[in-house]
Amino acid sequence: MTKPLLIKDGRIIDPGQKIDEVGSLLVAEGKISWLGKGKAGPPQADCDVLNAQGLIVCPGFIDLHCHLRQPGYEDKETIASGTRAAARGGFTTVCCMPNTNPPLDNQTTVEYVKSRAASEGVVRVLPIGCISKGRKGEELAEMGDLAASGVIAFSDDGKPALNSYIMRQALDYSRAFDLVIIDHCEDTALTEGGQMNEGIISTRLGLRGMPNAAEDIIVARDLALAQLTGGRLHIAHTSTEGAVELIRRAKEKGIKVTAEATPHHLTLTEERLIGYDTNAKVYPPLRTERDVQALIQGIKDNTIDIIATDHAPHTEADKLCEFAFAPFGISGFETALASLMGLVHNEQLTLSTLIAKLTGKPAKIIGDKQGRLGTLAVGAPADVTIFDPSLEWTVDTKDFASKGRNTPLSGEKLKGRVMATLYQGKLVYKDDSIKVKER
Amino acid sequence: MRTGQQIKTVAPKPTEIWRHHHILDIDDFSREEIEFVFQTTRAMKEVLSRPIKRVPALRGKTLITLFYEPSTRTRLSFELAAKNLGADAASLSAPASSVAKGESLVDTLSTLQALGADIVVMRHPQSGAPYIATKYMEASMVNAGDGWHAHPTQALLDIYTIQEHKGDLKGLKVVIVGDIMHSRVARSNIWGLTTMGAEVTLCCPPTLLPTGLGGQHRQLPQVSIEHDIERALDGADAVMALRLQLERQRSGLLPSTREYIQLYQLNQTRLARAKPDALVLHPGPVNEGVEIASAVAHGPQSVINEQVTNGVAVRMALLYILAGSPKQ
Repeated sequence: MTKPLLIKDGRIIDPGQKIDEVGSLLVAEGKISWLGKGKAGPPQADCDVLNAQGLIVCPGFIDLHCHLRQPGYEDKETIASGTRAAARGGFTTVCCMPNTNPPLDNQTTVEYVKSRAASEGVVRVLPIGCISKGRKGEELAEMGDLAASGVIAFSDDGKPALNSYIMRQALDYSRAFDLVIIDHCEDTALTEGGQMNEGIISTRLGLRGMPNAAEDIIVARDLALAQLTGGRLHIAHTSTEGAVELIRRAKEKGIKVTAEATPHHLTLTEERLIGYDTNAKVYPPLRTERDVQALIQGIKDNTIDIIATDHAPHTEADKLCEFAFAPFGISGFETALASLMGLVHNEQLTLSTLIAKLTGKPAKIIGDKQGRLGTLAVGAPADVTIFDPSLEWTVDTKDFASKGRNTPLSGEKLKGRVMATLYQGKLVYKDDSIKVKER
Repeated sequence: MRTGQQIKTVAPKPTEIWRHHHILDIDDFSREEIEFVFQTTRAMKEVLSRPIKRVPALRGKTLITLFYEPSTRTRLSFELAAKNLGADAASLSAPASSVAKGESLVDTLSTLQALGADIVVMRHPQSGAPYIATKYMEASMVNAGDGWHAHPTQALLDIYTIQEHKGDLKGLKVVIVGDIMHSRVARSNIWGLTTMGAEVTLCCPPTLLPTGLGGQHRQLPQVSIEHDIERALDGADAVMALRLQLERQRSGLLPSTREYIQLYQLNQTRLARAKPDALVLHPGPVNEGVEIASAVAHGPQSVINEQVTNGVAVRMALLYILAGSPKQ
């Protein structure tokens, strides 16, 4: 049995419990065992101490949308490398998308991911199951079986469920399990061959554009189907002003919808594509400043419930080619917090809003079947992220734990850095400057 | 080498105005740079008027043309330009399929570098392909056309040709008619012509107009859009017709080629709306009877053949300037 760990004198922020003050946290037997405000000392004397003075201590981040690539694409990422990257980024729970090979459309592949995660992963891995068999959008996957094997949502991510009939059935059928249907909203007839956002930059670069309408159309359809069925809908990687507005109105009408936005869509615009950086090629494409501002507004007024990374690792060779041949995706775990902290530093978001969108809010979408997640409440699993809000560092992809070094932020100076991550009480990542001492 | 004496009109020292180690697009050229190219082009035209059209300015330099797409005039024009300047010119034809077969562009470019290329002239079907070179190759990259993106040397020779006839481009009305969406020539001409002060009118069906240039998304004040060809041509000083690729109809952008001809073909009646001395340009290859009537393509206002001749001089000028420019 490892000794209890006292995380001492940090600024504890847990929006779910409305806590934001300096205090200390005691972690024992994998759970939060005590939380003390101010200078209060713990009841237990025999423990190790991590001095968190000047640092923020919050629930471990939860990522509802990532790609761990295993099985099938182990050259891009594995559960081992991906969960280490997650830990470096402060994530203690990651929900992996089923577009693996074979896809997670049956109990066996889900069990495989779970067993790999148990033996090789360093953080909690919660698989997402397919909506349709083989992600073909033709017949529903065995959702009941998938739910029984522990998937936390259904999605054919990477593709939309284009057939409205199938989407209707998915939203309806999944009600039996109270799990969300996550849709990747893209009208592919409007995006075929598309490389980036459609606008003056795509015109200048001579690249085929993808209009906002391609996203808005499927969001509108999905909302109508969610209303029709009463099923729970979650909109993946919202990127357009129009989608934000549609979701806002749907929420006003009481439709059961939640939505996410990614760190890159909240902080970067299509101008990143100038110079043909394939590492900025992502779906949905980076859009305009107007869309970015609409997303931030959506985050503030809770139209956008959560922030999810859509961590999509690719190899260097995948991206080192002509722009049109490069796959879509950004490796996001290890820069997520720091890039989002930019929004806090320039006063567009409060720290508490940002943390809520990465912890308690995604936990609510996952539901309570997986235990109490996203909280520092006494008795909850000791999933804790400790970060320095203002430490400046330069992104060097050589330091990444992820196999995917595909980020447009390479070489960028960011402010805010994860210093330590605890998963079930165990330090799964720690910056070299953090020392754990005996009391 | 006595280059300075052999090229009569001595151009200003490259380093003062010229900033490029590669020629990738014309949108980052200043007016001064374009004028500098033209000044050097005039010197090259003088060389071309001699009985022996050669100067040894690039002796010992190696130029490799790397074409992933078929081309007649551009490739030949570059090779002649290199030879006229005494460079060694070699060519590599890489069918686009070899890219798909897994031979990476980066590998090909580093091979050319290892073979001692000083200048690589590349045409590639993918927009942005030459930009990879800037990261993995020391040699100068000259973009001879990439996807829909840019064809800077074509735009320079087009603008040079207009300037030869009309002088200063400031305030001139230049109309570009045709498939703007898929045209690298149109894009490069838009940036080049507006940099030189011309007013550009784009004329095409709305489905062939890329976003951001006109209508509600208009972002360039010197560019206007007119979907009616007769109104577009009113008072024009020069008109450039673009090749219409026949697959545009198949991809649903046009109802039929027949209707396109009815609405957008540059014919004599329509040309009469332009100024009487308006120039007619076409980057070639011409689809006679589709985007342009034969009588106009071969008519008295056509400068299509001059464009080809000027192409050699402009490319000589660019190669000469690049060879003398400092590595960046």
